[in-house]
Amino acid sequence: MSTSFLRRTLGFLRNTWRGLTSMRTALVLLFLLALAALPGALLPQWSLNESDVRDFADEYPRLAGFLDDIGAFNVFSSVWFSAIYVLLFVSLIGCLLPRSTQYLRQLRARPVRTPRNLSRLPHHAEGTVPLPPDEMLAVTRRKLRRWRTEERTEEDGARTVSAERGYLREAGNLVFHFALVGLLVTVAGGQLTRYEGQVVVQADGSGFCNSGTYNYDSFRAGPTVDGTNLGEFCLRVDDFDVDYLHSGQAVDYHADVRYQSGEDLDDDTWRKHSLKVNNPLRTAGDRVYLTGNGYTPVFTVTFPDGQQRTKRTQWKPVEPTTMLSQGATKFDRPDMPDEQRRHRNQLAVTGLFAPTPKMDGKVLSSRFPALNDPMVAVDVLKGKLGYATGESQSIFSVNQELIDSGDLNRVARENLSVGESISLDDGTTVRFDGVQRWVNLQVSHNPFQPYVLVFAVAVIIGLGASLSIKRRRIWVRITPGGSAGSGEAANMSAVEIGGLARTDQAGYGEEFTRLSGELLAGGTGSTSSAAGEENSRGRSS
Amino acid sequence: MQVNQTLSTLSDMAFATSVVVYVLAMMLYFAEFASARARHSEQERVAEPAAAPAASPPVSGTATDGSVVGRLEPEPRKPWSERFGGMAVAVTVLAVLVHAFSLVTRGFAVGRVPWGNMYEFGSAICLAAVVSWLVVLYRQSRPQRSTAPASKLRGLGGFVLLPTTLLLFLSGTALYAQASPLQPALQSYWLWIHVSAAIVSTGVFMLAGVASIMFLVRLRYENNPLKAEGIGSRLPTSQALDRIAYRATVLIMPVWTFAITAGAIWAEAAWGRFWGWDPKETCSFIAWIVYAAYLHARATSGWRGTRAAWINVFGLAVMIFNLFFINIVISGLHSYAGL
Repeated sequence: MSTSFLRRTLGFLRNTWRGLTSMRTALVLLFLLALAALPGALLPQWSLNESDVRDFADEYPRLAGFLDDIGAFNVFSSVWFSAIYVLLFVSLIGCLLPRSTQYLRQLRARPVRTPRNLSRLPHHAEGTVPLPPDEMLAVTRRKLRRWRTEERTEEDGARTVSAERGYLREAGNLVFHFALVGLLVTVAGGQLTRYEGQVVVQADGSGFCNSGTYNYDSFRAGPTVDGTNLGEFCLRVDDFDVDYLHSGQAVDYHADVRYQSGEDLDDDTWRKHSLKVNNPLRTAGDRVYLTGNGYTPVFTVTFPDGQQRTKRTQWKPVEPTTMLSQGATKFDRPDMPDEQRRHRNQLAVTGLFAPTPKMDGKVLSSRFPALNDPMVAVDVLKGKLGYATGESQSIFSVNQELIDSGDLNRVARENLSVGESISLDDGTTVRFDGVQRWVNLQVSHNPFQPYVLVFAVAVIIGLGASLSIKRRRIWVRITPGGSAGSGEAANMSAVEIGGLARTDQAGYGEEFTRLSGELLAGGTGSTSSAAGEENSRGRSS
Repeated sequence: MQVNQTLSTLSDMAFATSVVVYVLAMMLYFAEFASARARHSEQERVAEPAAAPAASPPVSGTATDGSVVGRLEPEPRKPWSERFGGMAVAVTVLAVLVHAFSLVTRGFAVGRVPWGNMYEFGSAICLAAVVSWLVVLYRQSRPQRSTAPASKLRGLGGFVLLPTTLLLFLSGTALYAQASPLQPALQSYWLWIHVSAAIVSTGVFMLAGVASIMFLVRLRYENNPLKAEGIGSRLPTSQALDRIAYRATVLIMPVWTFAITAGAIWAEAAWGRFWGWDPKETCSFIAWIVYAAYLHARATSGWRGTRAAWINVFGLAVMIFNLFFINIVISGLHSYAGL
């Protein structure tokens, strides 16, 4: 009983394995993979653009709920997508292992015996050559120098040469498929060990150090990263500038940065780098990219007791083409030691910033992205900003609920140019001091990246070799004596040549025609003496 | 970086001229096609009485062998179809030259590679497709390939030029963009490498896809001569069409792989990661998978022929979707259309 059950189970497993590793299954899996990737291109993805997904969800709430449940907004980390490519790669490996051993065996094998009837092959040529068989054999040997050959003598005394070429095709094929496996493994390794942090830095000599995740505004990392072993380096942004065309199109972003890593950290050496869109900084195993920029309007508040506070908070560009920006610069009162009271008397300067202002009545908008007599249109709000609640809040805006509930009240509304100020009823003044730039930096780390590149190059080389090299065979049979049977027969050889391309790769016909022509010319290069009849059947030419 | 307006205008004029010349070439190809039909049906009419003499009552003045008595038409030295075909190829070459001139002047006008927006990209793809078609014709015309002379393949010409001219027209109208310098993300030598590889691959895949579509039409006719006779009978043999599709795909697949890899290397420098499932990346990946499936199907018994051809057509559909929909409709990192 148990043995038959075992046998049945084994049989089932074997059949499953055979089915899985068959080409047909691989084809179906390839299709499924292509199909499964499609929603990744068509639907917004959480990993790419969260706000797009939210917009989609607002528009089609019920559909979006269903799609989110099945992971259609997270295609590339979904179970079904992973299942398909894991199955595909299992199928691939199951196919590759036997093929590799087979290939190794083929490498040692000699070219096969010459078929009896060469005229049945797709490529065939024959003729008489005015050379004794031995010399003809030497000529053949020379012509097929770069082929793997095997010479045999048949029972009736005919000498044959079997030749085969293009073994690199299968090698390329194997390299290609193994490199794909390597690609998958190294990409997976990268997913486990990578991290990526975003940080906004004011371009006024401020900086940050990659010493811990708390230095970042946002930080995403693979499961093996706990944030304690980041590549150590520090960076300062001295200056940032953008070149614009008259149309407002940006043609160049460049940030002058200084950085230190490794030994430089100990002796406090700073190295310079010009950070550009296509020119990241590579140091300490990390890469630093320039991914965004904006303006920081600088405000100074003079409180009634004469104390001053200056704040530089980045504002968010809301119109990328004109850099019209929006934000909220928030102040605490330094003259109120009582915390409760202080939290009820906070100030926020919020509104719009225009690098090149354009006024429609009293409404401020921007005409051009570069600085040109910049202006802000601000509301000054006084009251509770809600720091004490512990809730996270946006640095670009104030909590609208607090305004609605009356905890936060507008005390002034004004348009300010640089140097202008607003005076509030309680004697506080808010001055617009000027503007500086900020940049968004992205720090990325992926130790597997070089290996991914190596495998990607191997994929291309393997693919190129397997698609351009033809595995092909040629056989030459040399019989003493011309077919005419004349007196000079001893110095003549009847030569018969057959050819076969082992793959459906087209194009062997030309090579065969050239090679057989040269052989029938006795290796002399002239084709006059041996006008061999030739037929190249179109089957694989 | 200043835009040279004179050169830019010259380029636009050359572009418009090339579209006109392409249309002319296409019409000549189809004229060859149509006149081949006339000859074909004439032969059939001639053959008819001989095939079924009992069915057709003898007509006075007509000899039993089917030739018309009393009206001898002089045999033209070269049939009209041959003349049209020859002219079509010559005009195609002319169009390619004008088209290439348009791209080169555009490049000089803006002082950069002439594929920085969708208009230039689409134009360059069309050039790649037509040049690859001429290469096929040239290779076929060499004496070693007497089995299938170039004239037999020419029937495909009109069908290659039809989508090409359409895409070119679209590029020049709906997708047209003024000559302007590059945005910062595109200022990299990878623009040379990555985009040119993508252009050449897209162009050649287009040729392969058209060959596969025509293969399907021709096969329908070959399996049943009553079906799709109008077009099928004048197309190159299914074998020749299949060979063009396969060889083009085999040749360009490593280039396409290279284009994707080069894109990944560039993305690593420009966007901070080598692969991020951006819509364009995803769609290129899908196209790659489909073409890989095509190559595998060609090596799997039961999948060669019709099924493989359908996969190749699907691959072309994905490429076209990738070209238009992803660049224009879906917002992603490849939205350089300038629309």
